[in-house]
Amino acid sequence: MNMKVNIAGIEWKNPVTVASGTFGSGAEFEEFVDLNRLGAVTTKGVANVPWEGNPTPRVAETYGGMMNAVGLQNPGIDVFCERDIPFLRRYDTRIIVNVCGRSAEDYCEVVERLADEDVDMLEINISCPNVKEGGIAFGQNPKAAEEITKAVKKYARQPVIMKLSPNVTSIAEMAKAVEAGGADAVSLINTITGMKIDIRRKTFVLANRTGGVSGPAIHPIAVRMVYEAAHAVKVPVIGMGGIAKAEDAIEMLLAGASAVSVGTANFHDPAVTMEIVDGIGAYMKEQGFGTVSEMVGIIG
Amino acid sequence: MSRRKEDAVILSQEKIAEGIYSMWLKTDAARGAAPGQFISMYSRDGSRLLPRPISICEVGKGKTSLRVVYRVTGENTGTEEFSRMEAGDMVPVIGPLGNGFPLERAEGKRAFLVGGGIGVPPILELAKQMNCEKKQIIVGYRNEETFLKDEFGRNGELYISTEDGSVGTKGNVMDAIRENGLAADVIYACGPTPMLRAVKAYAEEKGIECYLSLEERMACGIGACLACVCRTKEKDHHTNVKNRRICKEGPVFLSTEVEI
Ligand SMILES: Cc1cc2nc3c(=O)[nH]c(=O)nc-3n(C[C@H](O)[C@H](O)[C@H](O)COP(=O)(O)OP(=O)(O)OC[C@H]3O[C@@H](n4cnc5c(N)ncnc54)[C@H](O)[C@@H]3O)c2cc1C
Ligand SMILES: Cc1cc2nc3c(=O)[nH]c(=O)nc-3n(C[C@H](O)[C@H](O)[C@H](O)COP(=O)(O)O)c2cc1C
Ligand code: FES
Repeated sequence: MNMKVNIAGIEWKNPVTVASGTFGSGAEFEEFVDLNRLGAVTTKGVANVPWEGNPTPRVAETYGGMMNAVGLQNPGIDVFCERDIPFLRRYDTRIIVNVCGRSAEDYCEVVERLADEDVDMLEINISCPNVKEGGIAFGQNPKAAEEITKAVKKYARQPVIMKLSPNVTSIAEMAKAVEAGGADAVSLINTITGMKIDIRRKTFVLANRTGGVSGPAIHPIAVRMVYEAAHAVKVPVIGMGGIAKAEDAIEMLLAGASAVSVGTANFHDPAVTMEIVDGIGAYMKEQGFGTVSEMVGIIG
Repeated sequence: MSRRKEDAVILSQEKIAEGIYSMWLKTDAARGAAPGQFISMYSRDGSRLLPRPISICEVGKGKTSLRVVYRVTGENTGTEEFSRMEAGDMVPVIGPLGNGFPLERAEGKRAFLVGGGIGVPPILELAKQMNCEKKQIIVGYRNEETFLKDEFGRNGELYISTEDGSVGTKGNVMDAIRENGLAADVIYACGPTPMLRAVKAYAEEKGIECYLSLEERMACGIGACLACVCRTKEKDHHTNVKNRRICKEGPVFLSTEVEI
């Protein structure tokens, strides 16, 4: 049995990565997880300059999930390149850098800066619901999504994954738009915009008022969207949203994802990804799959 | 890969005041645990995913057990779930987490150890371990349910304030400090934000070195998600902006470094 997958020309040792923003740059998880056993590490969104993020409270628990409005706080690309890339390079895993921006120029600046860095793939977040100009404008309009993809592709030396928002009417249309723009892969879903109200204090729970819902509660929505996107495009799909155990990851693969990302579940158990890698392997063995690609999209 | 989420075994559980529970846990988190650090406690109910950060109240002899004292915040909460557990049950935990109070700063000095409300518990292990010239423990409660009072009495000079005036000074911890004419060279405090603001203002007015244990909503508890930040005066070395992670660099900060 072989767990290797090839995503847009990049070989991962297994189909499991972590969802951006839930794993830092890996350093905080080093004590809990053997990073060498991940197919890839996807880093927290990074912009051209440092971002302070939103006021607190930034997170709330919801039934079977959570909401966040961290607001893409990040140290900026310079610190990221000096500190986080060398850290991750010590491990035998793929590095996917998640990029955020407020304008097309912001994205392109980061992508250009990364062109000469030793990283394997770029994930462009055009879907953050928590900052006004956090890319969501690009992520909710097919034309704008296609344009930003084209712009980023001009500067990118690494394969580009476009990260899609679920807060749209047609995920298939968005996936097609970024494919037309030259995306090498798509990833989805980002968080679903929600709101939670404190009925005692009679106000919003999050300082940002709204936040992105993630975790097991959103998993069926994510599976449906991954299925629709995988049927709409030829490029590989990286599936995420509520994966908390191997079975959830396998559902995504059967729905058409070529790889999966684990996000919120890392907060409940920092070592959950190791169980998921092992669980996918056990399922393949039990079901007689020789490679991961044999199971991808099998449900038709 | 030196750490993991583990199943701590409950050695005992006791209700020590209305809505306040004391639990002793047998856990590896006791190894190296210091006053002011916390543990993340997890629900077993799949609907509640996030950790509950709870301060270390006492470290058992031999460092194989920990005591936590926690408030049940309401019905259908994680803390209510914990309160229904019994000796022998298991509760998933990660710890110890964060950085505790710098004990060494009190050597040879007059210290205030200030706790308010559910910020009272970590002051106990701090009081037990502190080696200083004058150990003045000032704790504030709502009413006569002055949990941990006897333990504090055995570990320093104890001053109590209650909001309703039923025990000690009527008012808050600052009122108790003034009423008793207390003075200090270093202050350690944990409690609700309004109390911490008052302590910070007092310390800064008098130029006293002061350490505050801050609270914020957490998602990871290990420094990865940036949920739990507080505002700082200077740019933080890790975040490269003017905020710092409470779960990682905190929860204890020098008062002059943070804005609350
Ligand atoms: C460093 C630190 C140490 C703490 N030490 C203690 C202690 O020793 N004893 C004690 O009783 N309490 C302590 N608290 C507060 C305690 O974490 C919350 O009361 C508890 O998380 C509430 O959980 P719940 O299941 O009762 O409520 P729920 O309403 O079920 O909680 C929902 C979510 O909100 C979070 N949350 C709710 N209130 C708070 C809060 N005040 N602070 C942080 N997160 C919160 C919970 O962790 C959970 O993720 C501490 C908080 C921090 C940050
Ligand atoms: C605290 C937090 C921070 C996040 N930060 C980012 C980010 O910086 N960039 C990004 O593209 N997605 C970010 N996300 C979205 C996740 O990568 C993921 O798409 C989403 O949470 C769904 O997966 P999950 O249910 O497994 O968490 C964040 C999610 C959470 C919970
Ligand atoms: S709770 Fe995640 S960084 Fe502190």
